[in-house]
Amino acid sequence: MGRIQLKDVTKSFGDVEVIPPLNLTIEDGEFTVFVGPSGCGKSTLLRLIAGLEDITSGAIEIDGADATDVPPAKRGLAMVFQSYALYPHMSVRKNIAFPLRMAKMDQAEIDRRVDGAASVLNLTDYLDRRPGQLSGGQRQRVAIGRAIVREPAAFLFDEPLSNLDAALRVGMRLEISELHKRLATTMIYVTHDQVEAMTMADKIVVLRAGNIEQVGSPLELYKAPRNTFVAGFIGSPKMNLIEGAEAAKHDAHTIGIRPEHITVSATEGVWSGRVGVAEHLGSDTFFHVHDTGLAETITVRADGEVGFNHGDRIHLTPRSDVIHKFDAAGLRIT
Amino acid sequence: MATQHSRSAARLMMAPAVVLLLGWMLVPLIMTLYFSFRNYFPLRPDRVPGWAGFDNYVRFFTSSAFWPSVQTTLVIVGGVLVITVVLGILLAMLLDQPMWGQGVVRILVIAPFFVMPTVSALVWKNMFMDPVNGLLAHLWRFFGAEPVSWLSEVPTASIVMIVSWQWLPFATLILLTAIQSLDSEQLEAAAMDGAPKLKQFWYIILPHLSRAITIVILIQTIFLLSIFAEIFVTTGGAFGTRTLTYLIFQRVLESQNVGLGSAGGVYAIILANIVAIFLMRIVGKNLDA
Repeated sequence: MGRIQLKDVTKSFGDVEVIPPLNLTIEDGEFTVFVGPSGCGKSTLLRLIAGLEDITSGAIEIDGADATDVPPAKRGLAMVFQSYALYPHMSVRKNIAFPLRMAKMDQAEIDRRVDGAASVLNLTDYLDRRPGQLSGGQRQRVAIGRAIVREPAAFLFDEPLSNLDAALRVGMRLEISELHKRLATTMIYVTHDQVEAMTMADKIVVLRAGNIEQVGSPLELYKAPRNTFVAGFIGSPKMNLIEGAEAAKHDAHTIGIRPEHITVSATEGVWSGRVGVAEHLGSDTFFHVHDTGLAETITVRADGEVGFNHGDRIHLTPRSDVIHKFDAAGLRIT
Repeated sequence: MATQHSRSAARLMMAPAVVLLLGWMLVPLIMTLYFSFRNYFPLRPDRVPGWAGFDNYVRFFTSSAFWPSVQTTLVIVGGVLVITVVLGILLAMLLDQPMWGQGVVRILVIAPFFVMPTVSALVWKNMFMDPVNGLLAHLWRFFGAEPVSWLSEVPTASIVMIVSWQWLPFATLILLTAIQSLDSEQLEAAAMDGAPKLKQFWYIILPHLSRAITIVILIQTIFLLSIFAEIFVTTGGAFGTRTLTYLIFQRVLESQNVGLGSAGGVYAIILANIVAIFLMRIVGKNLDA
């Protein structure tokens, strides 16, 4: 079980309020991702849940029981840190066994659980090594192993993949998702990378300056961002936000159109502009189009086959059914 | 840019320093060895100089003062090491806590290290340990106790105390820098893993400090084996505070027997090596990896 409820939680460091009153419920078994730009309070929020920071006011409940003043060790949560925080002087086996030893579990049970976790995480051959002798991905797995042996009510991940290279990151992303499917334990995952959020989450919580901007499934956030901030943050490349006369045509202060919802043509289209940088990814090509009279740059996604070059004249046509409209305050108009 | 050329150039340029250091070490060593086989009494014209064979070594070793002096040396070195390392760890952890006036406090803590051994020993002797006017005597009398005559009743412990006071800043400083390099996420991880403060100290902080502790022990041992000023100005080697170093000093300068003293010096080298071997066995492995 691992249902976590935050009720009017606030956090201040001195006079600076980092988290204004915040309410959030994380259901049992859910994979929740906190996402937002750096400094938005997402890590602080995770540390509040972990108990590593005291909350200034409000209450945290875990499985219906008040956990506000419960020390971190007693909350039944396991955390994977950004730096992995492995104990460098202990072997991998001892690292993974550490929480069990602290819980004074008997040795046979410790060995059984450590071996179990090691085989799940492909660490069996490395159990006698020190963390310093492992690669980044292996260290990451040890940190996860140390978390899963405790069979916690929920896992907390604090940007666990940010120190890995791109290829490993994709692999570990899949492994963590698979782990979640198998264990069906609540997981809370903090990241600034919206791709990780989109691919892994059951529920995404978008944060800005300690405020929750929107909560929802990845597709809900993609299809119906509640405001311009979420619209700009979710989706890659970023949504094009257009103000002014063009927006007024749609009775909105701002309109948003995703790069993938614009078709390009050499000859005809609603808008036209000049190609700036063209990023060829093979499968796709991203064109950064200038001089459209709409915004500084309009980003367009086209097939990899489409071959415009720097300075070419290009015509754009947005798909009218997926234009997002926002009012002057940046909120979505439905 | 380690080409053949640059390597030989580097060797050439380092050579003067190496030769100088080697000479600096070898000349006194060879002179000590030479004198240890001589009868040499520079200020006593009645004694005939000449070769002594192993007489000096036998006399020094069989002297009734030899084993007690070795024992005193080891007690003082061991006592100071234990006190400075234990208190050093505690002080380092205390100073690592965020507090007001941190910078000033840290400088104050280091201050004793800047005081010359002779001065600090005299200050301790006359201002703290004096049985009539000393601060400690006043303190004892304030609580109605009989003042302790420190340097005659517990002379070895007193010297250990003085030397510990001098070396504590060194240990604290090294251990403080080590403790500051501990990744705080490790302690947080341990806290999440269910380790209370004491176990965090035992399983995380202490292993992290092991290398620094090793360095403190090794460096201090080198210097503590040769402490002299503190004994000279306090007890003058009386009351069983005569260390091997002090015994050598007495043989050379008080008895004017350079040959005997030099033989003692060779024993001191051997003792230092035995201590070093033991220390390397015990703590040396911490320097690997």
